[in-house]
Amino acid sequence: MAKNISFTVKYWKQNGPKDAGHFEEKQMSNIPDDTSFLEMLDILNEELINEGKEPFTFDHDCREGICGMCSLYINGTPHGKTERGATTCQLYMRRFNDGDVITVEPWRSAAFPVIKDCMVDRSAFDKIQAAGGYTTIRTGQAQDANAILIPKADADEAMDCATCIGCGACVAACKNGSAMLFVSSKVSQFALLPQGRVEAAKRAKAMVAKMDELGFGNCTNTRACEAVCPKNETIANIARLNREFISAKLAD
Amino acid sequence: MATLNSRIPEGPVAEKWTNYKAHQKLVNPKNKRKLDVIIVGTGLAGASAAASLGEMGFKVKNFCIQDSPRRAHSIAAQGGINAAKNYQNDGDSVYRLFYDTVKGGDYRAREANVYRLAEVSANIIDQCVAQGVPFAREYGGMLANRSFGGAQVSRTFYAKGQTGQQLLLGAYSSLMCQVNAGTVELYTRYEMLDVVIIDGRARGIIARNLVTGNIERFAAHAVVIGTGGYGNTYFLSTNAMGCNCSAAIACYRKGAFFANPSYVQIHPTCIPVHGDKQSKLTLMSESLRNDGRIWVPKKLEDAKRLQRGEIQGKDIPEADRDYYLERRYPAFGNLVPRDVASRAAKERCDKGFGVNNTGLAVFLDFGQAIEDFGKKEIEARYGNLFDMYEEITDESPYETPMQIFPAVHYTMGGIWVDYELMTTIRGLFAIGECNFSDHGANRLGASALMQGLADGYFVLPYTIQNYLADQITVPRFSTDLPEFDEAEKAVKARIERLFAIKGKRSVDSIHKELGHIMWEHVGMGRTKAGLEEGIKMIDALRKEFYTNLFVPGTTEGVNVELEKALRLEDFLLMGQLIANDALHREESCGGHFREEHQTEEGEAKRDDANFFYVGCWEYQGADDKKPVLHKEPLEYEIIKVQTRNYKS
Repeated sequence: MAKNISFTVKYWKQNGPKDAGHFEEKQMSNIPDDTSFLEMLDILNEELINEGKEPFTFDHDCREGICGMCSLYINGTPHGKTERGATTCQLYMRRFNDGDVITVEPWRSAAFPVIKDCMVDRSAFDKIQAAGGYTTIRTGQAQDANAILIPKADADEAMDCATCIGCGACVAACKNGSAMLFVSSKVSQFALLPQGRVEAAKRAKAMVAKMDELGFGNCTNTRACEAVCPKNETIANIARLNREFISAKLAD
Repeated sequence: MATLNSRIPEGPVAEKWTNYKAHQKLVNPKNKRKLDVIIVGTGLAGASAAASLGEMGFKVKNFCIQDSPRRAHSIAAQGGINAAKNYQNDGDSVYRLFYDTVKGGDYRAREANVYRLAEVSANIIDQCVAQGVPFAREYGGMLANRSFGGAQVSRTFYAKGQTGQQLLLGAYSSLMCQVNAGTVELYTRYEMLDVVIIDGRARGIIARNLVTGNIERFAAHAVVIGTGGYGNTYFLSTNAMGCNCSAAIACYRKGAFFANPSYVQIHPTCIPVHGDKQSKLTLMSESLRNDGRIWVPKKLEDAKRLQRGEIQGKDIPEADRDYYLERRYPAFGNLVPRDVASRAAKERCDKGFGVNNTGLAVFLDFGQAIEDFGKKEIEARYGNLFDMYEEITDESPYETPMQIFPAVHYTMGGIWVDYELMTTIRGLFAIGECNFSDHGANRLGASALMQGLADGYFVLPYTIQNYLADQITVPRFSTDLPEFDEAEKAVKARIERLFAIKGKRSVDSIHKELGHIMWEHVGMGRTKAGLEEGIKMIDALRKEFYTNLFVPGTTEGVNVELEKALRLEDFLLMGQLIANDALHREESCGGHFREEHQTEEGEAKRDDANFFYVGCWEYQGADDKKPVLHKEPLEYEIIKVQTRNYKS
């Protein structure tokens, strides 16, 4: 059965990218522990609005861990700590205790400027995707889907890489602000499939170049990214990206 | 005055689409560059349409409210996508998919549209595989399939329990390819607030920049909305928090007819409501019904003890379990269509057999499947869904049966469109869930993804040319025209009005109240008295909204409460539409169940003599005026309309 807990939320307020920003605090009382973290923030906002105050702004949407919209840094961990990796929207208050102080911050990275409070601009990820994250197949021109057989193991591995939700937790966790886990997951998905092989070299070069251009840092193998990835992407993808990138460069 | 001409091509059903394509007008490459198309929404329909039209050479502007096109709610679709490939050699065909879809829709869909959908379904799978969508495969390297409700073949393609995600990322990658090529301009964090009509044709939109708060104008030769359904009218649904019906309602207010709004799909397998602070309901994929068995106790006293928490599901012996779907529908068993499964769950819970503390839940049990196939195999099939369930409920479905209950999920009704997907406003098109055309009164599982991508990749890119071919001599529009001035002024006045209320209630508190009214009075079991009461309550709530709403902040910059307030204003109108349509439709069909119209066995009882038509509603100039009904008669050429039977 659900029990109720009380705690303090310290949440980040920042009015645009140039504002210095600051924390505000709110005491939350008798919150059922089967409430999700975002529902708890809904309650917080409802209380703020009822007090005539401006609510706390944060991104969220599907609330089932798949859209990648939510982006909160909770008690020093992107998405907050769960056992098997989950997004903020899948975090429930039963993970917290009576009397806790819960700190909520935005993704902090040069490439993700703050729009307001904990809402950040992640359009850099779209730009990297636009640089090469696709196969250039024209609509309606594909051959029969079973014409090229793909070993189950390859398809399954490609699926694991494709599971990345583009939330940016990897960038937020990385001391260098590197986007390598995001980029390598996309490059890996295509590299593992025959349909993606045709443009593999071009893709790896273009996506890495765009990532560098947009101000993401370098990878120094600290593995902070894979530790916080809600979809359990691994740095094996980064190793694959490095191989793809080097062989593409050698071929030049 | 708009008229209803469904523009269904001549000829036998199986040849209509081929004939249409052979004779439609085309636009030559040089002229395509002179034509602008606005597409609102970046879900499966919007993104695939934007990518395809951009690639063809049109100049496309694509809008979404999220921070990236990849966030659209199509991403959350779990189970799969149907296609008539017959890869399993189990007797599938275009005709059978067509037939299952029309029957699944309780004979309220348009035959010609559904046939076209079934026809292009196979191309979708080809297209997605070529894009690098990692569908599940068999050991031999071929694509794998599973079964979904309402079908006796395995025609559903899937990527774990994340098929929507993979298909959307496929469409998104094609879209970003076109962004890179410069054919598509992307506008993220923009919300369409009105459509601009010039000389009877849609020529642009007014949108709010959700970051700056600025109201901006955009012109084009045609406008396409692919903005999803209106399930969030009920507040609690499986939709994302941002899902809304505002773009569709903006079109409706400007004269586009709204078709069959009462056809709302209640999905049978969702995690039950746990408290009044809940913000959304989580779907457990229909694919679970491949192996999971749905039951409640046979004995009322066992149910009471479950409700009091004295025993658990696993304590009830096999002989005392009522697998009521298998009992009532031997031929389809646990895989009956969603409307049938939802009503059966409600029937059991109404009789007192619910299995949790609220009495509003049934079991979905994997005990036998784990015994038959082993835990490892079940984990491979449904692992991510089981994990999600455990994260939310703190119970492991491997150990104890899942608890599920029906929840609002999808809306079959939507903006009325003709065969070309054009609304009653010329030059305004609606694609994907936000139109009404393909699912009749009930959508089969794994058909939403099919329809979204069919519209975006394979239908609209053809049919819109038939319209644009006449526009090649029309120069690009200026947004300085008086029609744009007027539309922008109206939008700004609307926003000012909401700020000026300065009441005491938050948007959410009013929205929750609307949700309660909708669920209680316009939900799974509807009655004349209940609907009339519901309509009065919505009217009263609208008055409360305009007198007691509080919107904090200003028009400048990010203001989430303002966004929600504008959407709620539209949900109030939508609720009214759903209830009015449900009240007028004196029959039960698919997702629309009127308790007065049921068989002795409690099955939906249609009235084909009087209601074999699409109910289309026309706005009458003000939200509180009752809309006017128009009818598009349904004409079936090859399918014999009969009572749906999933029993034998």
